[in-house]
Amino acid sequence: MGELLRFSGRSFLDILEYLGRLTAFCRQILDAIIHGRFFPRLLFRQIVTIGYGSQTVVVVTGAFTGAVFAAQSYFKFKDFGVESSVGALVSVAMCRELAPVLTGLMVTGRVGASMAAEIGTMKVSEQIDALRAMAIHPVDYLVIPRLGAIMISMPLLIAESIAFGILAGYAVTVIGFGVPRAWYVHHLLYHTELEDIVIGMTKGFVFGLLIVIISCYQGLAATNGAVGVGRGTTISVVHSSLAILICNFFLTFFLNSLFPLGSQ
Amino acid sequence: MMSDKTSTFIEVRDLQIAFGQQKIHRGINLKVQAGETMVVIGGSGEGKSVLLKELIGLLRPDQGSVKIDGEEIGGLKERAMASIRKKVGILFQNGALFDSLNVSQNVAFPLIQSGVSDQNRIDERVTHCLEVVELSNQGEKMPVQLSGGMRKRVALARAIVNQPQCVLYDEPTAGLDPIVSDSINKLIRRLQKRNKVTSIVVTHDMKSAFHIADRIAYLYQGRIYFEGTPEELKNSDDQQIKNFIEGVSDNHHCLE
Repeated sequence: MGELLRFSGRSFLDILEYLGRLTAFCRQILDAIIHGRFFPRLLFRQIVTIGYGSQTVVVVTGAFTGAVFAAQSYFKFKDFGVESSVGALVSVAMCRELAPVLTGLMVTGRVGASMAAEIGTMKVSEQIDALRAMAIHPVDYLVIPRLGAIMISMPLLIAESIAFGILAGYAVTVIGFGVPRAWYVHHLLYHTELEDIVIGMTKGFVFGLLIVIISCYQGLAATNGAVGVGRGTTISVVHSSLAILICNFFLTFFLNSLFPLGSQ
Repeated sequence: MMSDKTSTFIEVRDLQIAFGQQKIHRGINLKVQAGETMVVIGGSGEGKSVLLKELIGLLRPDQGSVKIDGEEIGGLKERAMASIRKKVGILFQNGALFDSLNVSQNVAFPLIQSGVSDQNRIDERVTHCLEVVELSNQGEKMPVQLSGGMRKRVALARAIVNQPQCVLYDEPTAGLDPIVSDSINKLIRRLQKRNKVTSIVVTHDMKSAFHIADRIAYLYQGRIYFEGTPEELKNSDDQQIKNFIEGVSDNHHCLE
């Protein structure tokens, strides 16, 4: 019993300590935004890597999620004779939940891991020290361009995911199952508000911040050679994914209080 | 008014640092005059590389002070150190080249970052520096395609491309063949003679140390055990120093 308490106490303290270190890192980022040097070329390069490069994975994820969700909803909705509402359900679910969360998780795996590994390798091979020795702050050079790029890219990736999810849902329901197109589109447009899209893009924006902050932190904190880089990369993916899922819960309630669902 | 030749460029006082329980530096005192080449020798694990990193604030000592060109760097924040770091170039032990850039881009990096935008001037400097380290026509290669020695020479070209007042060399000849080692030694001498570059060279290559040093400091057990000219070091009667120069292991020490 004592051992269990000690273990949970230590875990709790570890989490607090980790959050403290992340907060200190956020302060460094803020300092870099205010006092640091801006590297526009690196920002554009990161937009290409993070935003442009993630499109395939995001589109495929969004489309198949939309398609599966539409199919499952259709199977049940058919029993109640409301299969024409599938479009509305898919659209709202994609906007508010599925697109931001799944895109966030996919970008974590694709981009977050690569950031942690790349920056971590630079750290353990003294490349970060070389930057510092040349009077370049590593946060200015490595973190801020990635942060800017993901802030721009994530909302757009979410929008893309939503669009392809809805299209795939349409294809499955209207073309595949023969639900009347006019009813399907009418329900979809009637129930989807601009706020739903705003919610999705806002969530994506926040998830993007979480991915960059956690992954870059793990990269910059890497020690102990290849083992350390590997460990940092794993931690960055696990922590980013957990942070996205936990943050999504609170963000859902917060954003729903701003844009309530079902009030129209 | 003292002339530049005799002014102190780097002054280290009572420097102490520990990693966990392990004390690396137990109070280092060292002065390096502007324009001189100070060679720091010492066994592996004595903290020679750590000393170089402390000099430009890459590592913060637990105690003690470091002054570069008269300016105390101890209390400075990372950003405030930029002006001091611009005066100093450093050659890291493993080169620390940027993997994502090719050789030319690596060498040009400090120039571009310090605000030089004239492409002709950048090309000219990069070509010159690569010639100096005998790596002409290798500019397009990526660091991963280079041997360890070549990587080190590219890093050396990068360290001197901006013509810093002071260059810190971490094991500049380790892993190089004798001929390239000799050319690196000559380069360090030439930089000092022609450009009056202040140099601190960390090495345990005694041949190189005697070749390039104006003065030599021997780091032992966390302190400067000896400091003097190469002649004084050669003529020293101290057994510890003799053992190190001649590469004789101390069995008693090993058994302890």
